[in-house]
Amino acid sequence: MWNYIARRLLQSVIVIIGVTLISFIAMQIGGDPTYLFVSERATQEEIEAARRALGFDRPLHIQYLSFLGDLVQGDFGNSLSYRQPAMGIVLGALPATIELTFFSMFVAVVFAIPFGIFAALYRGTAIDGGIMAFAMLGQSIPGFWLGIMMILFFGLNLAWLPISGHVPFLMPLIQGDILTAIRNLPGALYYLIMPGLAIGFYSLARNARLVRSSMLEVLGQDYVRTARSKGITEGSVIVNHALRNAWLPVVTMIGLEFGFLLSGVVVIETVFSWPGIGRLVFNAINQRDIPVVQAAVIVLSLLFVALNLIVDLIYLRIDPRVKL
Amino acid sequence: MTTPADAIETLPPARGSRARREIRRAIHSFISAKWPILALLILVAVVIAAIFGPWLAPMDPNRQNIILRLAEPMADGPRGATFWMGSDALGRDVLSRLLYGARVSLLVGIAAIVVGGAIGTLAGLVSGYFGGWVDDIIMRLGDIQLAYPFILLAIMFLVVLGPGLVNLILVLGIGQWVTYARIVRAQTLSLREKEFVEAARALGDSTASIIFRTILPNIIAPLTVIASFNVASVILAEAALSFLGLGVPPSVPTWGSMLAESREQLIANRWWLALFPGVAIVLTVLSFNIMGDWLRDFLDPRFKETA
Repeated sequence: MWNYIARRLLQSVIVIIGVTLISFIAMQIGGDPTYLFVSERATQEEIEAARRALGFDRPLHIQYLSFLGDLVQGDFGNSLSYRQPAMGIVLGALPATIELTFFSMFVAVVFAIPFGIFAALYRGTAIDGGIMAFAMLGQSIPGFWLGIMMILFFGLNLAWLPISGHVPFLMPLIQGDILTAIRNLPGALYYLIMPGLAIGFYSLARNARLVRSSMLEVLGQDYVRTARSKGITEGSVIVNHALRNAWLPVVTMIGLEFGFLLSGVVVIETVFSWPGIGRLVFNAINQRDIPVVQAAVIVLSLLFVALNLIVDLIYLRIDPRVKL
Repeated sequence: MTTPADAIETLPPARGSRARREIRRAIHSFISAKWPILALLILVAVVIAAIFGPWLAPMDPNRQNIILRLAEPMADGPRGATFWMGSDALGRDVLSRLLYGARVSLLVGIAAIVVGGAIGTLAGLVSGYFGGWVDDIIMRLGDIQLAYPFILLAIMFLVVLGPGLVNLILVLGIGQWVTYARIVRAQTLSLREKEFVEAARALGDSTASIIFRTILPNIIAPLTVIASFNVASVILAEAALSFLGLGVPPSVPTWGSMLAESREQLIANRWWLALFPGVAIVLTVLSFNIMGDWLRDFLDPRFKETA
């Protein structure tokens, strides 16, 4: 087991190095990166000065090492539009993004399991067909469009749900203000419903298909027949015998799923004016605020690597076979 | 994944009457599955819109008309024309822009698949055939890329390179290569040991000939399956990037950028600006997904239950 954990950790370190390398290459690929940092009206002398100040006149490998050094210290330089350290701005937006990511993950997993089970149990019937058609549709809808449609329908026409805004839950929690966090929770959830659904819908659809197919596989196994022949109630057979194994592929997917969700977050935060990293990136792209884009991309990918690692370690607990 | 070739173990698929039988089987399964017919019809419509957009479009998609801006669907347009799907904030005809938008979506989707498929297939063939350290390097590179949310990668590169059709296709294509490389590698590994490959080697064929003329044709089937699912996800990614303003220049209408523009009119409940481009994306992506599903079931019936 320790062997597995060590290997997994090493893998994460390699991925992180890869991520930094890709980010570094991305900066260089368009030619002299100095031009990304100076205004379009800058004179030749100003450009020269900026190049020296930013260190782009040094050899590439030295630049990469100093990029890594800055990165370890969390220094991405100052945001070009806010005139503050880019890292601080990104970290300030991180809790809102984490709230949204976890909520949509919750939506994607918790609703997918019953859908998948029902489809498997009523295999070949209209219920199965309906759920699968729904899942197919779910995998074909761009999350941001779903968000826009929900804003139009539930937000504006029916006025059931807020179309933008955010009640912080994680931020007060981090600051140690547990009372405020608890008081904010209902409001936070209320604002999370629409963006969370918009992001999680694609994953929900895919997970439902996944649960269905692994459920079908498991229901045909001998131990399920044995459990049935022992006279255990059908509900118990499904929950205790079948589901326990059928949802393992879903757990495996959860790690990678965070990647999809984080991608969705960037776009959906913009739709719902959610004050997280995604909207920050969107604004930074429009203002060509390179340090903020870079800091945000690195923070999001580190978050992804960390979540992936955690999911794999949790998997180790629920499926002991991995330890062998 | 296995190809029909595995059924006869040692021989590559024969041509001629067997091929004709396969086609008959394909048509039969296509018709009996029902949904693929609908998907095919939608795709044909999208292709027609993409090719003949300029002739089909009732108006110039970029012609602005400030007086007739934000007209509702079915409202009267200029010179006796009708805004079937309404007009946008600059008075441009939504239907015409939608028809033009099919071009970019299809072009980007298919071109990105060609780029990604070519890189991935080559990488997978080399990786699987030669093995060893080449294999290790290629596959680890793939692992790193898969461990990195794609849209972040795309954002990084497009912000630096600047938006544009070619950059968009390159970034989306490179984003897909790993999927192809993994499948092709697995197939190559198993085909490498087959007797007909052995025979080609014994006949003194060059390595390039063995890889491209003996192994590659037997991998085409699974490749088409991934490709059709892939077109769907690339179109979704393109829409998302256009929505973020990282797509093609604003003068070219795309479904994604139409949705981006619709956002400003959202509060005013101008629903037609968001509804129609979105429906166009959903129908196109859905059709590719349905086709992919059917292709997979057809090429390998074993997947029908489990996948």
